[in-house]
Amino acid sequence: MSTQSDNQTAAAGNRSSGWVVFVFFMIGLVASIISGWVAFPELLYSTKQQPIDFNHQVHLEQMGGQCNSCHFFREDGSFSGSPTLEECKSCHMYPMTGNENEQKFIDEYVNQDKEVPWLIYAEQPPCVFFSHAAHVKGADMQCATCHGDIGHSTSLREYQENRITGYSRDIWGKSMLRLGEPDHGGRHQKMNDCAECHLKETGSKGDCFQCHK
Amino acid sequence: MAQQPQHTKTKRYGMVIDLDKCTGCGACMVACYAENNVPFRQDDSDKMRSLNWIRVMKVDNGKAFPDTEVCYIPMPCMQCDGQHMQGHSPCVSVCPAVATDYDYPTGIVSQIYTRCFGCRYCMAACPYHARKFNWWDPKWPADMEKYLNPDVSARMRGVVEKCSFCYHRYQKARDKAYVEGRDELHEDEYQTACTQACPTNAITFGDLYNPEHAVHSLSRSKNAFRLLERLNTNPKVYYLSSKSWVRRVADNYLEGENPEQVAKARKAAATH
Repeated sequence: MSTQSDNQTAAAGNRSSGWVVFVFFMIGLVASIISGWVAFPELLYSTKQQPIDFNHQVHLEQMGGQCNSCHFFREDGSFSGSPTLEECKSCHMYPMTGNENEQKFIDEYVNQDKEVPWLIYAEQPPCVFFSHAAHVKGADMQCATCHGDIGHSTSLREYQENRITGYSRDIWGKSMLRLGEPDHGGRHQKMNDCAECHLKETGSKGDCFQCHK
Repeated sequence: MAQQPQHTKTKRYGMVIDLDKCTGCGACMVACYAENNVPFRQDDSDKMRSLNWIRVMKVDNGKAFPDTEVCYIPMPCMQCDGQHMQGHSPCVSVCPAVATDYDYPTGIVSQIYTRCFGCRYCMAACPYHARKFNWWDPKWPADMEKYLNPDVSARMRGVVEKCSFCYHRYQKARDKAYVEGRDELHEDEYQTACTQACPTNAITFGDLYNPEHAVHSLSRSKNAFRLLERLNTNPKVYYLSSKSWVRRVADNYLEGENPEQVAKARKAAATH
């Protein structure tokens, strides 16, 4: 008799300790997932504001609706990227509107003859070769395909910088698992994203040298 | 070629070096150091440790004065096509990290420094000693960093590097062609730094497939040969020499073998 009841209590004890292990395992798992997927990415990036809140839409209207009025190709095939102070000055030598951002631009940069330290969202690491000419001229792609509809934005979004590497978060995308963002909204340019598109459009992921240097 | 991309015509960039013209001045090496940010050390006297993407070897015919003859052989990466011309070059086939790769559109063997983890299998596999290992982080004299080429990334300690046939120049030339709406590059648009630096024009560079490029006919001349040809690595660097003893040192020939006859037999076997 006594041995039977002992067995029963032992079995009950095993069952309840199994639950305890499971609950603690789940708590640990959830905590790890939250810290890895939510907390760490938040801590990893520092948020920076652009030196001037630039309004793309206004400029696009004034410049005839063409991106290449300011972001143009040079004769040697290289891409100009963000306009230099010299190019901005051709219009903004003196205030044209009562806008506070324009006034700030003229006071802090034009009058002091200083280049604006724009934070480039899509800036690639120095070991990457990216050819705008191949995409825009060679493959006839639209700017918005990769950069999103930035031409119709009225304000610049914040820039997020990886605290360890110093690179922009746009290269990785908002979430490493691509949670909650469209596949190709121009918000991530990871190697796999490039390779995926190349495979689809050209039939080959491309050779290493095409993008790496 | 196994994987021809459909949007471009496949090129096979190669080099022909006329050893009769080479004076061994080393201008090609200097130009290469400057163009490709190749690091050097303050004391670079230990040549086993020094890095260079092209180096000039010196050979002689082994005879005593006054019959001594000397020949200088500039050796960049041979950009091997591998047996059957399918990009199965010695280094590419052994790399466990896919850090080196055969670029099918150009035939150039790439080396991706950020991918390389420094196992040096490729160096052991390369029969030409074209690959160099970075034993130290590069260190340039104070102001020299300002003169580094921004088109070529600097390498760090622990990775292997090698000649890329100045691939960044190819990319720049292509960008220009895109903007001008062209598909094809002119011969003079893409030339390596060593080719342009050579004062005697001993080095010629171009597309071996293109009959309009000088290398096409030069590589087919009767004086043309490649180093260690019988390994079937199919290098894209050809040499020209009118001297039979130079051809003899270009491969490991047995005493009774005649390099010209061996080459003829190989050609005959290849066409049959």
